[in-house]
Amino acid sequence: MSTTSQDAPAAGSAATNFINVGERTNVTGSARFRKLIEADDYDAALEVARSQVENGAQIIDVNMDEGLLDSEKAMATFLNLMAAEPDIARVPVMIDSSKWSVIEEGLKCVQGKSVVNSISMKEGEGPFLEQARKIRRYGAAVVVMAFNEDGQAETADQKFEICHRAYKLLTERVGFPPEDIIFDPNIFAVATGIEEHNDYGVAFIEATRRIKREMPLTHVSGGVSNLSFSFRGNEPVREAMHSVFLYHAIQAGMDMGIVNAGQLTVYDDIPADLRELVEDVILNRRDDATDRLLDAAERFKGEGGAKAKAKDLSWRENPVQERLTHSLVHGITDFIEEDTEEARQAAERPLHVIEGPLMTGMNVVGDLFGAGKMFLPQVVKSARVMKQAVAYLQPYLEKEKEELGIVDQPAAGKILMATVKGDVHDIGKNIVGVVLQCNNYEVIDLGVMVPAAKILETAKKEKVDIIGLSGLITPSLDEMCFVAAEMEREGFEVPLLIGGATTSRVHTAVKIAPNYTANQAIYVLDASRAVGVVSKLLSEREGDNYRAEIKAEYKKVREAHLAGDAKKKRITLAAARDNKFDIEWKDYTPPKPTFFGPREFESYDLKELVPYIDWTPFFSTWELRGRYPAILDDNVVGPEARKLFDDAKELLGRMVDGKWISAKAVIGFWPANSIGDDIELYTGEPRHSQLGMLHTLRQQIARDHKRGRAHTALADFVAPKDSGVADYVGGFAVTTGHGEEEALAKHFKDTDDYGRIMFKALCDRLAEAFAERMHERVRREFWGYAADEKLSSEDLITEKYRGIRPAPGYPAQPDHTEKATLWRLLDVKNKAGIELTESYAMWPGSAVSGFYYSHPDSHYFGVGKIERDQVEDYAQRKGWTVEEAERWLSPVLNYDPLSLKKPAVA
Amino acid sequence: MRRKPSWDQLHKAAKERILIIDGAMGTMIQKRKPTEEDYRGERFKDWASDVKGNNDLLSLTQPEMIQEIHEEYLEAGADLIETNTFNSQFISMADYQMEELSYEINVESAKLARAAADKYTAKTPDKPRFVCGAVGPTNRTASLSPDVNNPGYRNTSFDELRKAYGEQVRGLIEGGADIIMIETVFDTLNAKAAGFATLEAFEEMDLELPIMISGTITDRSGRTLSGQTSEAFWYSMRHLKPFSIGLNCALGAELMRPYVADLSHIADVYISAYPNAGLPNEMGEYDETPHDMACQIEPWAEDGLLNIVGGCCGSTPDHIGHIRQHVEKYKPRVPSSIEPKMRLSGLEPFVAG
Repeated sequence: MSTTSQDAPAAGSAATNFINVGERTNVTGSARFRKLIEADDYDAALEVARSQVENGAQIIDVNMDEGLLDSEKAMATFLNLMAAEPDIARVPVMIDSSKWSVIEEGLKCVQGKSVVNSISMKEGEGPFLEQARKIRRYGAAVVVMAFNEDGQAETADQKFEICHRAYKLLTERVGFPPEDIIFDPNIFAVATGIEEHNDYGVAFIEATRRIKREMPLTHVSGGVSNLSFSFRGNEPVREAMHSVFLYHAIQAGMDMGIVNAGQLTVYDDIPADLRELVEDVILNRRDDATDRLLDAAERFKGEGGAKAKAKDLSWRENPVQERLTHSLVHGITDFIEEDTEEARQAAERPLHVIEGPLMTGMNVVGDLFGAGKMFLPQVVKSARVMKQAVAYLQPYLEKEKEELGIVDQPAAGKILMATVKGDVHDIGKNIVGVVLQCNNYEVIDLGVMVPAAKILETAKKEKVDIIGLSGLITPSLDEMCFVAAEMEREGFEVPLLIGGATTSRVHTAVKIAPNYTANQAIYVLDASRAVGVVSKLLSEREGDNYRAEIKAEYKKVREAHLAGDAKKKRITLAAARDNKFDIEWKDYTPPKPTFFGPREFESYDLKELVPYIDWTPFFSTWELRGRYPAILDDNVVGPEARKLFDDAKELLGRMVDGKWISAKAVIGFWPANSIGDDIELYTGEPRHSQLGMLHTLRQQIARDHKRGRAHTALADFVAPKDSGVADYVGGFAVTTGHGEEEALAKHFKDTDDYGRIMFKALCDRLAEAFAERMHERVRREFWGYAADEKLSSEDLITEKYRGIRPAPGYPAQPDHTEKATLWRLLDVKNKAGIELTESYAMWPGSAVSGFYYSHPDSHYFGVGKIERDQVEDYAQRKGWTVEEAERWLSPVLNYDPLSLKKPAVA
Repeated sequence: MRRKPSWDQLHKAAKERILIIDGAMGTMIQKRKPTEEDYRGERFKDWASDVKGNNDLLSLTQPEMIQEIHEEYLEAGADLIETNTFNSQFISMADYQMEELSYEINVESAKLARAAADKYTAKTPDKPRFVCGAVGPTNRTASLSPDVNNPGYRNTSFDELRKAYGEQVRGLIEGGADIIMIETVFDTLNAKAAGFATLEAFEEMDLELPIMISGTITDRSGRTLSGQTSEAFWYSMRHLKPFSIGLNCALGAELMRPYVADLSHIADVYISAYPNAGLPNEMGEYDETPHDMACQIEPWAEDGLLNIVGGCCGSTPDHIGHIRQHVEKYKPRVPSSIEPKMRLSGLEPFVAG
């Protein structure tokens, strides 16, 4: 990500530790930035900061020292705005001012640990110590200028001595950690024509060397652009001077610099003749160095130095929907108007742009947020982009209204929103408000801690169409019930929306809705769903139907909740066992595997796995529904699917060729026989000592008798112990996730969601492919019962082979904890490097595991919901309490264990 | 600067064993279902606004209730109990027009906890109990705008927070707290203001107490509400040289573990953790049983991640008792030193070199 800039100043290992401080957000150094701040154009000013980070600045220097500015205020405003931009705020800030009051104002605005730039002993030790103590208390690192009561240090000796004195004061009197001290021994302009200036470069470099030798934990920094001041207007020469200077200063120990990260030439790329001339100047190697460089400078002027790194604008080539979504997801306002215009031209009505592409984009935001892939400030930014798009459409919406003769049509509806009494959390509510406003609803926001009486009073006075309540903490749920009851009592008839972190559909249906029968209480999952719900509720055509639907739905939820045990009928475990999947074992000889115990596979060839990839799930990951390969020619999603597929193949090629990830596996086989619903594994033949026990679950669904299908458990596929037949099972764990995190860090930008998701999706696909390939080899070689099997990849995907490989935690055996047995048997952790989390998830995530069964009649099935009799039986077999069993099996319980216990109290 | 004898006692105890901190105060108050009248008591019976929900006020109006809750936690084995002062600064108290009472509530709350702790220390003098002066996040955020259309706007400031916290901390010290506990940190800038105010109060009163800091990771994104990762958060707070750093609230033990583990690896001070009793279920209740919660926490102790552990929302003395039983057999984590490097942070950490 920042490798470009880190490598930029110079070759050599010291350069990799060099810290780049972005310098463009400095009114004294950048005329453009100064003009933006003077014109109050903070949006554009933020873009300057953003491009600094994108170009590799690891710290952002902010300086507002301009005589005509209220510098304290400008500093606070800009830092507060930056805090709302996660892709800028992720890096630390350098608060840069020569005025202490500006520095202190800045320190009060940053939550991170920042750097103060700078303090010095210019006014003596007293103020220096006082400022240093405060900086420490605010929790920042500090830049100390080589400046004392007599002025700025010029020679190497002066520079070192001042820095050393400051060091002793800071460490001994203030308790400042040495590693938080950065010295700036003053970079002055060279080649000015004044002879005394010729040694300034050397003095800095020498001082740096001594500082790092005597005070090794400290850092040395400097503002590099001062150096080339006399060559203003000749960028190629200036850039060459900066590069050469940094090259030498870094070797001497300079480890931080205020540089324009986007404009640095690589030392080795400087033309040799220019480099030599520049080096003569910087290192003061000959008396006529300045003249020689001046003479030659004109020759290099036109050549242009390093180009500013272009932003990645490839997303601009995507269809308009993706572009809008991109802007919304990334909070980019630069192109939103032109994209909205394009969408408007393609749409029948301007409103359709909002309801269509913009809301589609917001839904993506909502999903990413829900999945924890975006966090709050980003969502807020998305809402701002949305708002700008809607503002752009506003005149067209107005015009359409006029043309249709609906002048002064009121807002689509009036919605009152409030965070209920006792609760102060309102960010989600605010987002919902913004999104609703974006959709032409009038929103009356009463804020937080709003008592029921005020909500009702305002609702009446304003004649609102809908009331929305929000809350985050648990007691708010009771307050919402209270508000609902009050609405009922006062004869309200408008819908009531419920939202916030602890609210839920079930709670709304069970506890809130019954208090308010005059209309309907409706749970809204998140901001992106709010518009859909509100527009349906207020639609004349759909409103009543929708309410009726919700009413019916909630009634069901309530019934299901209240009568948890009256769910689908199940048969008893005993009856299910009587109807087990019956295999005739008498005349059957199970195939014998070629080896017993585990066998591991290191660095499996990724190329071999590629043909085994099942692409259909890959497309559904990207919400493109349809089967591969037909999806590529699909009328609707075909073009998108093709583009995606091309990108995927390209990336797949790179990751396979570059060995970004490595594939590891372990498989094994054991003698086995079933005992009831369990499968006993043995250490070898004869079957005397037990190696382990696999537990399986049995279907209990009550079926139509006429169809007469069995109630299957996986144990049915293995010969029973009392049959005397020698049977076997196998197990496996494969992963293609090793190196995944490293590759992500190395090959993808943090902002490259597309690439990262694509890469992870491909890692997952490769893991599945690996499981498929391994199963094939098991059938043909290792277990060897289908040596002549010849199947196409299509056949593999549709599972037209003999034997199965079910995974614990999936429908045929919903209990994830069975993985623990598999891990023990195969020593998966050591042999394939896959770990199990407390919840039995596999890490790395691109992994597949399961058991092998070989019988020709073995097949995949779903256990479905089970009854308490089986849970008790299973608990006993696993050595669990019933409560433990209920916890691990909670998704498949056909009853509500809570309803059998006393409800917990918050 | 002066220190109390409890400074050394606390450091000694932390070396010897995993310390137990108490559980939720709010949950225990809610169980008692106090009415508006209970909250008001005699003294505030004519107060102009509703005060139900102002739990900290109960320290003045129902002191027996609060002391009883403290004692229930001490009985369950807590070494550290937190004062009933989560919202006791004038910013939060403004919700009830009770700004003027902030200082008094802190003093009285600390006295209640002090009395309870001393009572139990007297029973087993070899196991001293400590009073943590609880300093909450306030109901405002200094680095987030409450107005999405105006991202540069703030409804509070560092200076206002510093003043509010300063008054609170002085009250807590006055009332006899052994420790200042800056907890449930949603917004690190608020916590930095609290830290600043705490150091100022120490200097002014010539008394230094150990500082404990506990942040809140709000969800699986692994960030605080204000967007920082746990590591960035630690680097932002490290200058306070706290006795411990840790996490509480928002998450149950299961989801909190990876972030506690992160801190455990990068912090050279003691680690604290007091998760919620699970996540609220769909009925808004915390229903993780004491046994389940303790079983989830036990491996943390076994893996050497912990120095101080307890419970937050939804936890009860029963939870604390179970946790104590499950962790007491393990040795406390020994903080390792970390390499001296400049460790800065924005929303994310930045380590030089």
